[in-house]
Amino acid sequence: MRTDLHVSGRALAKEDLLRHYRVMRTIREFEERLHLEFATGEIPGFVHLYAGEEAIAAGFCANLRDDDYIASTHRGHGHAIAKGCDVKGMMAEIYGKATGICHGKGGSMHIADLAVGMLGANGIVGGGPPLVCGVGLKARVTGTDQVAVSFTGDGGSNQGTFLESLNLAAVWRLPVVFVVENNGYAESTAPRFHQSGIDVAKRADGFGLPGVVVDGHDFFAVYEAAREAIERARAGGGPSLIECKVLRYYGHFEGDQQSYREPGEVENARATKDCLLLFERSTVNAGIVGEDELRAIDKQVLALIDEAVAEAKQAPDPVPADLLTDVYVSY
Amino acid sequence: MARTISYQQAINEALAQEMRRDPAVVVFGEDVAGGMGTEQDKDAWGGVLGVTKGLWPEFPDRVLDTPISESAYIGAAAGAASAGLRPVAELMFVDFMGVCFDQIFNQAAKFKYMFGGKAKTPMVIRTMYGAGIRAASQHSQTLYPLFTHIPGLKVVVPATPYDAKGLLIQAIRDDDPVIFFEHKVLYTLQGEVPEEAYTIPFGEAEIVREGDDVTIVALGRMVHMAAQAADTLAAEGVGCEVIDPRTTSPLDEETILESVERTGRLVVVDESGPRCGMAADIASLVATRAFGALRAPIRTVTPPHTPVPFSPVLEDAYVPGAARVAEAVRSIAVKESV
Repeated sequence: MRTDLHVSGRALAKEDLLRHYRVMRTIREFEERLHLEFATGEIPGFVHLYAGEEAIAAGFCANLRDDDYIASTHRGHGHAIAKGCDVKGMMAEIYGKATGICHGKGGSMHIADLAVGMLGANGIVGGGPPLVCGVGLKARVTGTDQVAVSFTGDGGSNQGTFLESLNLAAVWRLPVVFVVENNGYAESTAPRFHQSGIDVAKRADGFGLPGVVVDGHDFFAVYEAAREAIERARAGGGPSLIECKVLRYYGHFEGDQQSYREPGEVENARATKDCLLLFERSTVNAGIVGEDELRAIDKQVLALIDEAVAEAKQAPDPVPADLLTDVYVSY
Repeated sequence: MARTISYQQAINEALAQEMRRDPAVVVFGEDVAGGMGTEQDKDAWGGVLGVTKGLWPEFPDRVLDTPISESAYIGAAAGAASAGLRPVAELMFVDFMGVCFDQIFNQAAKFKYMFGGKAKTPMVIRTMYGAGIRAASQHSQTLYPLFTHIPGLKVVVPATPYDAKGLLIQAIRDDDPVIFFEHKVLYTLQGEVPEEAYTIPFGEAEIVREGDDVTIVALGRMVHMAAQAADTLAAEGVGCEVIDPRTTSPLDEETILESVERTGRLVVVDESGPRCGMAADIASLVATRAFGALRAPIRTVTPPHTPVPFSPVLEDAYVPGAARVAEAVRSIAVKESV
């Protein structure tokens, strides 16, 4: 049996492949489970699921260090898991519990953990790109080789903040990477109705930046594009834009009737280009990973998510006094 | 060792001293260097009014001109602060907050709370405000109430060169996001300022004039209008206590309430508008917490509920002056000597 898989001449060791698979499977299981649990009415507020897009979060974060940063979107669970946020803490947060990663004060749209470089999911479309410019400036001023990555949807790519940030990062030559997850819909509106030009990636040309399109279902394509852009940023080569074409499997939010979709669209994607399916096919067919090894991971992930949900349901609510804490460092 | 310098020089000195002390302090905004990349370092603008002049030659890596992209660079300040810098971003005119308010009130202000206390966003936004230089409706507003309304922000409104320096150094060292309001008419105001660095704590009002008959609360440029009115009224036998809260968030409520408990009369003077502004806020504070002490109705002196006009005649009519303050005081004061 082989022990590594080559991506553009670079070896991905078996243990790394299994790690990346585990990240994607954890995100999938987390989101599929949330889809079911949300329907019971027990989860407050609203959630936006990342299922279908796992290869993007996993492919980028696989190339980041713990001291690198990401800024995410309202659809942020996948980015948070891939960057290393605690899965049980995330689940408890989504249930609004005191044991949550933000002590129940943030919820699904504000999951953050600066200790692992996660600058936050973000309730404002286009909120993240300016933030990573700031992190890039920090790296530049203090002379570190940290890199910051912002994830934005196709909807967010039409925000002024996104375009302004491309320009600012280019002018300041910041070590940042802008990722556009073009998942087929800005809320319910397809790109042909909201986006001028076929590829968002082409907008990079106008700023003198490298811009590429990759298949967001293909972990290895994402991984390779991410590696190149992140290494360039780390080496002082400035920012890049990467557009990942992908399809989200669920609605804009849970409860969305999705009347805007083509018939069979999701079923077809799940059957033919699902990121976990493609990953399994590549690695198993290459003889590096055994199917049994992937099933063992699946089992462990399922157990983790079961525990996370059970613990979140049992966890204590915040106490009313928590309402008034953590507004300021001092006041 | 104190000497007399301008409000503008006091701000410049605070920035320079903090940049020397702490390598994490960075300054950026439109034209803050102004001439970056040219041979004539000494001729760099240092901002449209020269407030940051001289900083770029001394700190070429930490003073950065930005594109005219307030959303990007104010947001970058929030990101940089989250990652460990202490950015001082300049929003040239506070009127421009309209294009970047999200980055201030949805991002920077809320990180600490939304993230369960696990974030720190030590950033300062310096911004010019106020009427008086014929700059018309989009370059003259007094918008600190909008920021005061937002939990998570601190809002500073210095009236003198001494306060400008001490409060700006405090703002830079503070671990929360601070909006620092500089009145453009006050830039040339001279005052005694110590050469060494010092801080003035937030939430501590300054008693500008002592008096027992009427309490006047005023902010920013209006402090000087109130002081002038108090001097006029003193000659008429009316003793005014002029209080400058210096910061609107946090607000030194106790000093205001203690004064009104003693005087029983309150006039609030403010350059922000009459609706949901600081005058209404402070009047509400006193009405709800010291109603029993009031011996006369509260009076507020503000501009009208209009945009700031351009024509000098109209702008002069817009901005509250010492005569209007004195008139408001006379309308509720009892001349003890008569």
